[in-house]
Amino acid sequence: MALIFQSEEMCLVQLFFQSESGYCCISELGELGLVQFKDLNPGTTAFQRKFIKEVRRCEEMERILFALLFFLPDPLQSVIEKVDKDLKEINSSHEALKRNLTELLEMKYLLQMIQDFFEETPIDLPDRLTFSSHSLTPSSLSSLCRFVAGVIKQERFPAFERVLWRVCRGNFFLRHSEIQARFEDPVATVEILKKEVFIIFLQGEQFKGKIGKICEGFGLTASHSKALNHCFICDHVILVFFSPKVLNQTNEHRHNVLTSAAVNIQNWKTKVKKMKAIYHTLNLCSIDITQKLVIAEIWCPVSDLSEIHSALIKGSEKSGSSLHPVLHRIESQQTPPTFNRTTSFTSSFQTIIDSYGVGDYQEINPAPFTIITFPFLFAVMFGDCGHGLIMTLFATWMILQEGHFKRLKNELSDTLFSGRYILLLMGLFSVYTGLIYNDCFSKSLSIFASAWNVRAMFQPTGPWTNHTVHSSVTLQLDPVSPGVFSGSPYPFGIDPIWNLSSNKLTFLNSYKMKMSVIFGVVHMLFGIMLSLGNYIHFREPRNILLQFVPEVTFMLALFGYLVFLIIFKWCAVPSSASRRAPSILLHFINMMMFSYPESSDSFLYGSQKRVQIFLVVTALLMVPWMLLVKPLIILKEQKKEQRSTKELVSWQKKRNSESIQHLEVNMGDVFVHQAIHTIEYCLGCVSNTASYLRLWALSLAHAELSEVLWKMVPHVALSARAYLGSLMLTVIFAIFAILTVTILLIMEGLSAFLHALRLHCKFAGVPVTLFAEFSPEMSQ
Amino acid sequence: MVTLLCCGPKMAACGIVLSIWGVIMLVLLGIFFNVHSAVLFEDVPFTENDFQDKNPPQEIYRLYEKVSYNCFIAAAIYALLGGFSFCQVRLNKRKEYMVR
Repeated sequence: MALIFQSEEMCLVQLFFQSESGYCCISELGELGLVQFKDLNPGTTAFQRKFIKEVRRCEEMERILFALLFFLPDPLQSVIEKVDKDLKEINSSHEALKRNLTELLEMKYLLQMIQDFFEETPIDLPDRLTFSSHSLTPSSLSSLCRFVAGVIKQERFPAFERVLWRVCRGNFFLRHSEIQARFEDPVATVEILKKEVFIIFLQGEQFKGKIGKICEGFGLTASHSKALNHCFICDHVILVFFSPKVLNQTNEHRHNVLTSAAVNIQNWKTKVKKMKAIYHTLNLCSIDITQKLVIAEIWCPVSDLSEIHSALIKGSEKSGSSLHPVLHRIESQQTPPTFNRTTSFTSSFQTIIDSYGVGDYQEINPAPFTIITFPFLFAVMFGDCGHGLIMTLFATWMILQEGHFKRLKNELSDTLFSGRYILLLMGLFSVYTGLIYNDCFSKSLSIFASAWNVRAMFQPTGPWTNHTVHSSVTLQLDPVSPGVFSGSPYPFGIDPIWNLSSNKLTFLNSYKMKMSVIFGVVHMLFGIMLSLGNYIHFREPRNILLQFVPEVTFMLALFGYLVFLIIFKWCAVPSSASRRAPSILLHFINMMMFSYPESSDSFLYGSQKRVQIFLVVTALLMVPWMLLVKPLIILKEQKKEQRSTKELVSWQKKRNSESIQHLEVNMGDVFVHQAIHTIEYCLGCVSNTASYLRLWALSLAHAELSEVLWKMVPHVALSARAYLGSLMLTVIFAIFAILTVTILLIMEGLSAFLHALRLHCKFAGVPVTLFAEFSPEMSQ
Repeated sequence: MVTLLCCGPKMAACGIVLSIWGVIMLVLLGIFFNVHSAVLFEDVPFTENDFQDKNPPQEIYRLYEKVSYNCFIAAAIYALLGGFSFCQVRLNKRKEYMVR
């Protein structure tokens, strides 16, 4: 598995395959997802590419699919177009049928009304009867006059009547009644209209013409007496009876077409996307003169060459061509893209590192180390075994339910799900640091016996009496008194007695601050060691001497010495000397200012003054070494090179050179670059060491939040003297659980995650091309 | 008949998780109170009078045990709540199958 320590070795390969098999081969390569195509036609615009027509076709299909989706509540081109056409036909026939049905229904009511009208006895004259001279009975009316009958919207009827009256000057007999059934307006299907049936009796041909024109003006179809007879009524009744059935069947057919399309539509979308991607890729390849051969250049990992070859053979067999594609590896001076092969476990860590900047080709990849350092630094800031346990259980549940989560497309749960391995490790490490801090929902666990003994403070062995206990507000245990401190400290973690003491923070702050500084210095030293690995791999021994050695010396002389002081003080200063214990902070400041006191009893060890002066002077000497030596050597080499022009030397790192010609090195640039690097490093040392103090700050915040939550919530219920204490406890525990999850887990967890991320940014490299593999499915 | 299904699937799942956590944590708290753990001293509802005891730690121990009984009863209530949530989950699953 040494592979993940560095990015993969890549090679440039030329592929030759026949034009017919081009599509299939590239689709096979796309399925593999292991190659990156180089653009061999960089000068051409999008319109000049060879396969532009096919790309356009794919886009047309995508458009149709998108329109289809609009109708659904959610091969290829001919199938899709056929469905489109079908749908259009069905829609238009649906409209026509509806219109027909409306007309026929109107006719039916009309005929019914006329029927009723003619069957009435002559004596019953309706109220609204308008006629000119004699009183005419309805039966005689039918024999003498003609009539016009039709259907009109109820709201337009008064206007119609008024117009008729004015035109015919009252020489007509009008009868109307409302249709009981409601009609749907075919244009805007929401409205339900009320309609009326009317029948007009008139005398004379001219009136018929006039009334016909009026009816046209109102947009109604009116029928004349000649057209209405009994057979007509029967025909109409039959038609009206069957029309709804036809309409229903049309609806059903449309529904069937849509559902069958819905089943396939996702598939079609995917296929069309893949096709488009393949044609785009084909546009990147170059076609040779004979139009028979397609040439492509790809970057691929060396270890996958055989897989790619077999995929190409499969592709060419699928397309039925007889010739197998040819793979030809070529040398190139270009820097290959960086490719880090990841599994589902390592991919989340690799993403975190990549977000800062991708390393150069074949540089050491910090991702495998991040798998441990990132969760660890998170846990130092989060340290609570109860919360850590909840986090671990949640992450385990997500990992076990992978199948269920993969189907969810929600963006929030996607982000959470992709970090499930990180969460698991963070949870496990948090349980560990929680045990070390001895903090479980802000209470300590006494797994082992505490090393402190309060009874020994009382009279025979210690200074306390009964009176002392009753008269003091606080009492302090003195570890120097015999028996109070058992001599062997608590085996694992912080002693649980600190949880009950009121000066817990004084002790813990000092401990956590020193611990943060130690972790910071160790982490930074580790980063420098990785750069040593890079120098060794790229065979640059000069850089080891000119950069690595002064960097390490500077760091160790100052901050390594600080770590030494911390650990030395922990080990060497006994509790009996606690009143005169030297302060490390003051000693460090004095060391940098070269100010030493006259008396020598405040030193930690004997020759402290001499050692410190030596270390500070060494560190100060490293600065000019880093600043000047390398540029001066480059200057000297350039002068030598100018004298002998045959010698070919490139001082820039080989992997950045685009061509083999030697580069003119601008001396000013080199000096400035080196100065920037030196300043950045030295100041960075100081500021980064200080920034590691956030480990202390966040763990303090978490512990305090946790304690406050306990005091304000469960404490209330537990210390209730009332008899319903258990019911109160039930309700309050629910509140405690919800607040723990939202505040302490989610809010604090995100905060600690962010800060751990910030502490890892020193592994960022210069942004370089990342390997962009051709894989159409992954773009979904 | 009044429908027995009153929670949705998500609420029932939350109910189960909360109940399991409640049962485990309250039982453990109850045990720790029962063995008179010193770390939990501040949560015991003692007053000034309890320190005037004739028989020194017995009164405090009695208070400890009272709190531990409270915890156990609360744990039992959560166990019932867990059972109820579990029934809701099963009813929800059955409803899902029937609709399909």
